[in-house]
Amino acid sequence: MTAKTSKNMKKYVVQIFLLIASVFFLAPFIWMVSTSLKTLDQVYTFPPEWIPSPFVWQNYVDAMDYIPFFTYLKNTVLITGFSTLGVVLTCPLVAYSIAKLNWKGRDSIFFITIAVMMIPGQVTMIPLFLLFEKLNWIGTALPLVIPAFFGVPFYIFLLRQFFLGLPNELKDAARIDGAGEFRTYWQIMLPLAKSAVLSVGLFQFMAAWTDFMGPLLYLTEPGSYTLSLGLQQFQSQKGTQWGLMMAVSTMMTLPIILLFFFLQKTFIQGITFSGIKG
Amino acid sequence: MLEKKAAPMPPATQIRAKNSKKLRDDALYGWLFASPWVIGLLVFFAVPLISSLYFSFTTYSILQPGEFVGFRNYAELMSDSVFWKSFSNTIYFVVFFVPLSIFFGVALAMLLNMNVRGMSIYRTIFFLPTLVPAVAMAVLWMWLLNPGFGLVNGMLDVIGIQGPAWLGSETWSKPSLILMSLWGIGQSVVIYLAGLNDISQDYYEAGDIDGASWFHKMKSITLPLLTPVIFFNLVMGIIGAFQQFTLPYTMTGGRGTPADSMKFYVMYLYDNGFKFFKMGYASAMAWILFIIVMALTALIFYNSKKWVHYQGE
Repeated sequence: MTAKTSKNMKKYVVQIFLLIASVFFLAPFIWMVSTSLKTLDQVYTFPPEWIPSPFVWQNYVDAMDYIPFFTYLKNTVLITGFSTLGVVLTCPLVAYSIAKLNWKGRDSIFFITIAVMMIPGQVTMIPLFLLFEKLNWIGTALPLVIPAFFGVPFYIFLLRQFFLGLPNELKDAARIDGAGEFRTYWQIMLPLAKSAVLSVGLFQFMAAWTDFMGPLLYLTEPGSYTLSLGLQQFQSQKGTQWGLMMAVSTMMTLPIILLFFFLQKTFIQGITFSGIKG
Repeated sequence: MLEKKAAPMPPATQIRAKNSKKLRDDALYGWLFASPWVIGLLVFFAVPLISSLYFSFTTYSILQPGEFVGFRNYAELMSDSVFWKSFSNTIYFVVFFVPLSIFFGVALAMLLNMNVRGMSIYRTIFFLPTLVPAVAMAVLWMWLLNPGFGLVNGMLDVIGIQGPAWLGSETWSKPSLILMSLWGIGQSVVIYLAGLNDISQDYYEAGDIDGASWFHKMKSITLPLLTPVIFFNLVMGIIGAFQQFTLPYTMTGGRGTPADSMKFYVMYLYDNGFKFFKMGYASAMAWILFIIVMALTALIFYNSKKWVHYQGE
């Protein structure tokens, strides 16, 4: 066998493996979309049918009446939007300070940041709940938004790794030109870290968009529910409204899929682990 | 403004003498830029951490101020059978899920990294499940695994296998959960991919010159240099697996059925804190979890010197 054919062989084998894996990853998703287009009768057909006949778009219309869809959508968008904004404003600034500025204590702060990642959220959950209770924030979106403006350890870590990989020359040149510290960061260094900021922003966007436990704890008023909580309302005593639920799930998932598909390259470039040791 | 107020400049020679060996000190801006996080650390981590330790020694609840009871919560937990059940369920999940997720995560990332055609589409496909809201994912799988009319048993039926009751069966409920969770490993695949991107091409070129085979390069270059990322995902994976909540909670309406086989540690913690309002008791549970996670992490860190390799070493 020549080297070239063996290389081709390898490519085919890899393709076959990837296709098999794709089936596993894709099938439930296609099932979700297909169910969103079925009537309840079609849903319970056995053996299951992949392609709904006929296509029923009514679920999408009905789902929006069954729950206050647009209120929940608005709440979800606001929480996701503001918490992502908080993360991309604060985390790069903190990470830049830890990676590129020389100050006593920055290594300790970095060490603590890593350590804090290991704290299970449940440990701080109860005191935080009580804190937000004292502030009268329970029932509002504030507990899900405000902490994002004070930094998230995992994101600070990822951004710090990225900043470490950037050369110091540009920063030093900007300083020699008399740019202030903040301008050096904002106009020179931050634009260079665009892809990392994007990755972190996307991570936060997805986490907030699909978060369940946070809203479950803090959003006690039905008017403040997110879509994630709203989905639960399709499960009732009378049984589950499969078609409606899958319609809302599809609507929730599609925008992020598109976002990911177009941003994936930058997204992956933005995550770097070199220098992980610190 | 603070910048302008700086003291009169010392003679240049003096600065040079002072800074010749040392790097410039950015104390002011360093702390200033890091200050949101320093405040965040105090308000959202340090203070809650200490208060929760304190609560764990009290009978605190929102309804009552509670009193100091020493180690009573901990002692009670030791004889609480639901606690032990939820504990062993969680260990079961961690022990099977974490290694499987690393194996499949690394394998998929390596396949994806081979520059095959349609790479960006595959990448999206593998990432897709992480984009499905957990509640939807739970319901979707409940239904895929439905013994009567679900897709999985439908498929098994075609090849002549009578499928189990999956989520309805005490034996199969946790394996079902592991299967579902493996469906959502896209995020760690992306992190492995990023790690593979980080490996310098020089190593592979050197391997090619030596005539190393694909398998050999994988074993001696790719895997060893990916160990820092595997290490990271192992630690984060264990922490995450111990916190399993949303899937079993939504699938069982918070009950952990059948027969407590889906009652996980954090679900029971949540019940205690927010259903029974035994916040002291729940805090004690949280601290036990914390100590277990810390001990495991320390063990892995200690052990990592033997198997984690960094580039350039």
